[in-house]
Parts: sequence; C-alpha cells; structure tokens
Amino acid sequence: MSCEKLTIIATKGSFDWGYPPFILASTAAALGKEVTIFFTFYGLALLKTDLGSLKVTPIGNPAMPMKMPFGPKWLQSIDFAPKVPNVLWNLPFIDAFSTSMMKKTVKNNGVAPLTELRELCLEAEVKFMACQMTVELFGYEHSDLIEEVEYVGAATYFDESNESETTQSLYM
Amino acid sequence: MADQELDASGLNCPLPILRAKKALNGMTSGQVLHIIATDPGSVKDFEAFAKQTGNVLQESKEAGGKYEFLIQKS
Repeated sequence: MSCEKLTIIATKGSFDWGYPPFILASTAAALGKEVTIFFTFYGLALLKTDLGSLKVTPIGNPAMPMKMPFGPKWLQSIDFAPKVPNVLWNLPFIDAFSTSMMKKTVKNNGVAPLTELRELCLEAEVKFMACQMTVELFGYEHSDLIEEVEYVGAATYFDESNESETTQSLYM
Repeated sequence: MADQELDASGLNCPLPILRAKKALNGMTSGQVLHIIATDPGSVKDFEAFAKQTGNVLQESKEAGGKYEFLIQKS
C-alpha cells in the first residue's frame, strides 16, 4: 500500500539543510500525497520571509566537500576540505564565503534556489506548521515568518500524522 | 506523437518531476507529455513517478547525454 500522507519534522536551519525538507515535500506533493512540514527549533529559520540570511558553515561539518564552483576543470575537482586545517574555518567571513560558493555550485548544477523550492511547496499546498513554543523561545515574531504558517504545538503534529493510516513521517 | 513537450534540460532533482507534474495538470486524460532531461537520476525517478501517480510511462530512452520520456496522462 502506498502512503497517502507525509509529515516531515524540520529541525535544521542552515542553507544546506534547508534543501531536504523542501525537496522531499514538493516531490511528495507532486506524487499526490498530502504533505505537512512541522518546523521546530532551528528549522524555524526556513520560514523566514527572507531566506538570504541562511548560511552554510564548514565548522563541525567534516563531510562537506570544499570545491571551487568555477575555474578550470582540474581546479574544480580538488576537494580543499581535507587539505585545510580546521582552525582556518574560524576566520571571519568564512561562512559568508562558503555560502556564496555553495550557492554558485547549486546554480551550476541546475538545483533550484531554496526560495523557489519553498514557493513550489506552497503552490502544491504543502502545509507549513511552526512550533509556537520554539517561536517564543527564540524570540521570533510572527511577522518575521511567511504568512502561510500555522502556529501549533506538538499535539497538532501528532494529530497531523495520525489523520491517515498510511502516513509516512520523516525527521530531519 | 506527443501532445506537449517539456524541456527540463539542465534542471536537477526534483525540478524535472515537479515541472512534469505541473505540465500534466494542464493536460487531459490520454494526452502524452514528451520530456527531455539531462539529470541521470530522472530515469529511475520518472519510473517511480509513473508508478505512484498512475500515469503511464510509455517510453524512456537515452541518446547523447539526453534522456527522453513519454508519459501518458491517466
């Protein structure tokens, strides 16, 4: 039996980790599933009106390849991550630099910008729910987040994932 | 013969599927959508898309780095 509903708990709010929930949600909606994303903790950042502030960081991210998104092929194939001492990632502006490099890589690979994927989710009627407790905990105002958001608690998440007997739930 | 064409060249996951879904939404039952893609992942993905949505994948072929699919709307 195929699942008719998908619920995703999105807990991470960096630029790179913004992709998985939006990719899976938009695809599931295209497959005819009813989809709800429950954004909690750092995942709330994915609901900001402007996603331009999201960053990716090489700090504590040893699996992240560091490749140049431009230049000759031989240069683009070099992974700098294992060659550079970790201490360098603490320099100012490294996050901004890594983020702009990743955005360029995303573009080169025909991957959609995060904002576009979020738009596609909304177009496909993916429901966005934000955890009201973490909204308060982190000092967000409702006006900081896009207006399509519903503010709920954990009980509503479980109600969402119990609605159908064929629900698939993902935590990311 | 396809009734509509979708060029998803250069687009990566999940855009080819999302664009195909959008195109199919505007078509009527029995019509055929011709999709061109360059994402190698789209070969398995369009199979899975057809299986789950009930639309029929009539043809799937590769030539010169381009993948072509014919999907008939159910």
